[in-house]
Amino acid sequence: MGIRIEKNEQENFRKLDEIIERYKNQEGMLIRILQKSQEVFGYLPVKVQAYISEQLNIPISTVNGVVTFYSLFNEEPQGKYVIGVCMGTACYVKGAPEILDAVKDELQIEEEETTMDRLFTLKSTRCIGACGLAPVMTINDEVYGRLTPADIPPILYQYIKTHKKAQVTNENE
Amino acid sequence: MENIREQEEHKIVEEKITITIDGRDYKVPKGICVLEAAQMVNIEIPNLCYLKDINEVGTCRVCVVEIEGSRTLQAACVYPVREGLNIRTNTARVRRARKTAVKLLLSEHHRECTTCKRNLNCELQNVADNLGIRNIPFTGERKDDMFYDNNPAIERDYNKCINCRRCMAICNKIQECYVYSPLNRGLNTLISPAFKKDLNEVTCITCGQCVIACPTASLTEKEHIQEVWNAISDPDKHVVVQTAPSIQVTMGEPFGMPIGSFVAGKLVAALKRIGFDRVFATDVTADLTIMEETSELIERLLHFPEKLPLLSSCCPGWVKFAEHFYPEFLPHLSTTKSPHEMCGALSKTWYAKKYGIDPGKIVNVGIMPCTAKKYEAARPEMESDGYRNVDYILTTRELSRMIREVGLDFPNLPDEEYDEPFDQYSGAGMIFGATGGLFEAVLRTAHKLLTGEEMPVPGYEDNHVESGLKFGKVTLADKTLRIAIAHGTGNAKKALERFKNGEQKIDYMEVMACPGGCVGGGGQPILGSRDHKYISLDYRHNRADALFNIERGKKIRRSHENPRIKQIYEEFLGEPLSAISKKYLHTSYIPRGQHPYLEQEPLYKGYNEIN
Repeated sequence: MGIRIEKNEQENFRKLDEIIERYKNQEGMLIRILQKSQEVFGYLPVKVQAYISEQLNIPISTVNGVVTFYSLFNEEPQGKYVIGVCMGTACYVKGAPEILDAVKDELQIEEEETTMDRLFTLKSTRCIGACGLAPVMTINDEVYGRLTPADIPPILYQYIKTHKKAQVTNENE
Repeated sequence: MENIREQEEHKIVEEKITITIDGRDYKVPKGICVLEAAQMVNIEIPNLCYLKDINEVGTCRVCVVEIEGSRTLQAACVYPVREGLNIRTNTARVRRARKTAVKLLLSEHHRECTTCKRNLNCELQNVADNLGIRNIPFTGERKDDMFYDNNPAIERDYNKCINCRRCMAICNKIQECYVYSPLNRGLNTLISPAFKKDLNEVTCITCGQCVIACPTASLTEKEHIQEVWNAISDPDKHVVVQTAPSIQVTMGEPFGMPIGSFVAGKLVAALKRIGFDRVFATDVTADLTIMEETSELIERLLHFPEKLPLLSSCCPGWVKFAEHFYPEFLPHLSTTKSPHEMCGALSKTWYAKKYGIDPGKIVNVGIMPCTAKKYEAARPEMESDGYRNVDYILTTRELSRMIREVGLDFPNLPDEEYDEPFDQYSGAGMIFGATGGLFEAVLRTAHKLLTGEEMPVPGYEDNHVESGLKFGKVTLADKTLRIAIAHGTGNAKKALERFKNGEQKIDYMEVMACPGGCVGGGGQPILGSRDHKYISLDYRHNRADALFNIERGKKIRRSHENPRIKQIYEEFLGEPLSAISKKYLHTSYIPRGQHPYLEQEPLYKGYNEIN
C-alpha cells in the first residue's frame, strides 16, 4: 500500500529523505521542504507530495493546498528554459500582451504550458521590478528589456542553438 | 453533538456582560460571538459559512454588522462580544453590504434552482430570499466542467460551491479524514480533495457529513431514484424494500412533523403505496447482526483473547476509515456484514427459496440514513450466490422526494405493518440506530449467552471521558469487558491511538462514523430550511432520545428473544457462526492506504462500472 519508488527515482528520493530528515522536527517547515524538493525533482509530482505528506504526517490535502497556493511550486515538469513575460502595469502598457502573443506564436504553446521537446515553459509573471526596461521578459536568470514582438524569434533561436550545440558535444564525448 | 451542548452549558455558567444591539441593552454570556449573542435575543443575522464550533472562519461576509468604533463592517460570526459593545445589525450600510456579498456569490453560482436537488431546502436560496434580492447586476465567470461523481455515494458540483468550507471543517475537525482543502487561490479557489481527485480516489469514507454540512447542492447524495422506479414498474421484478432502524424517527421531518416523531407505520404505508412488493424492517437483520457479532465477541473473549479488541463493523463509513487509516486493526474488525447487507443476502437466498421466487428477479432496495451504505452496497464482495445483496440504496432525502412525487400526504397516512418474514424485531435491533445502541444490544445478548440469565436492562455503567467517546467496564459472568463507544471517526481515532499507546485497554469498541450514530447520518433529512435553522445542532439528540424512548416501550428488547431470529436460525443458518452464516453473513476487508490515487488500478471501481 505504501508509495512505490522505481529504481530510477531512488537517487532523488534519497535526497528527499535527507531534506525531510533535516527539517522534520521543526514546525512550519513544509514550505521549505517543498521548495528544496522542487530543486531536486524540478517539479513536485503527485508521488513526491504524497511521500512528503506521509513522512511529515500532514494530510495530503493540506500539502496539495500549499503547493497549489504558491505560484513558486510547479506540479508539472518544467522546460529547460522558463520564460517569464512580465505583466506588471508598466510592462503591460508598454505592450507586454503583444510580447506574450509573439512567444505563444513562436513556440505554439499557451501560458503555463511546456513545449513538446521540454525546452521552453511559458509563464506570465507579476512585476519583476525592472520597469525601466519595460516590456520585460526573463528566460531563466537572463533579463531581456525594451522588447518588441520582432525581437522574440531571434532570442528564442539563440537558446535553441545553445541547446543543440550542447547536445552535439555530449554525443561526441 | 454532545460537545457543543456541554460547551454551551459551561459558557452559560460564566459571567454575563452587557451589550447593545440595535439600541437595546442585553445581558449575554461572555466569550460568545456577536452572531450567537444576536441569536440569543432573537435577532437573525444571515450567514452561510457559519457552523457553530465547527466552522467559524468568516469567509462568506454575509453576517456583517456595524460595530461602534470600528471603521469597517465586521463579520458577526467571528467577532467576540465584550462589555459595552454597541452593535447595529439593521442599517442601510449593513443591508447593502449583505446584499452585495450574496449577489456576488449568486453571480458565480449555477442558478438552476428549479431543477436542483436542494430546491426549497437551500440555505443560499433562503438567504437570497430573506435579503430580498431581485436582480444580480454582476456577470460572474461560469466554469462549466467541474462535476465529479465517479463514486457510488456523493456527487460534487463545483459550480454550486460557495467556498464556505463547511465540508472541509466537518471532515477535518469531526471526522478527521482530511479529504478537502482549499486548492489554488483567489478567484480560482476550489474546496476540493487533493489534486482535484474524485472522492473515490482519496481517503473519503463517504459518510456524507459534508453533504449534511453543505449549504447548497454542491455536495449531494448520488440519486438512484430513477433506477428504483424502473424496477418498480417492471412487472417481472419482485422489489423488496428494507428500512433502517433510525429512519423510523426521522422520516417525518421533511414533511413538517416534529423532530423525533416515530413514523414506522406511516413509512410502511408510504412504501406500499409507492409500489414496493414487500416492505421489510432492517431491524430484524440488525438483531441477526447482534447475534453474530455477540457470538464473535464471546468466541474471541473465551478462545482467542489475542484477537481482542473486537471492533464493530456495521458502519461502512467506519470500516472504510479503518481500511484507510488503521489497516493494522482490520483483523480486529468484526467480520459480520452490516444489517442491510444481511437483509439483502437473506432476501436472495432464504426468502427466495422459502417463497419460491427466482432470486434473479428480486430487487432489494434499502432506505438508509446514510450515503456510505450506497458505497457499501457497491462493494464488489457484497454478493451472495452471484447476486448483489442490495441493489439500490436510497437516502431518506431521496425517499421523501419519491413520496412527494407520488403525492402522498405522509403525516396523515394510516399505520401499517411490515411484511413477513422480516417484520418482528426487538428493541435491541431498533436502538442500533443511535450511538451506544449497538453496544447495549450486544451486551444484552452477550449476558444471556455467557451467563444463561437475562440481563436487567439497562445494566452497565459508563464513565464518560469526553464527548463523543466513552470508556467503561462491564462485568459479564466472571469476565470484565473494557468497552469503548465512539461516534464520529475522529473520536474513534482518539480511542485507537490511546489503545496503541497502551493508555487504555479495550476489549470491545462500538464505532459509528457519524456524530450521534445513524440518527445523525449523512443520508438523513437536511434541516437547512428556514424553520429548522436554529435547532440544527440539537436535532441528533432529539432523534436518538425518540429511538430510545420507543425502545423502552417494546415487549421484546433482546435480539435472541426475537421469534424471527429463532426462525431464521432454525430454518436456514443453524446457529451463529455456522458455515452457512459465515458464507452469507460475513465479509472481509482490504487495506486501502492513505494514497489510493497513486494506485494504477483503482481498488474499488465506480458504481457505474460495476453494474
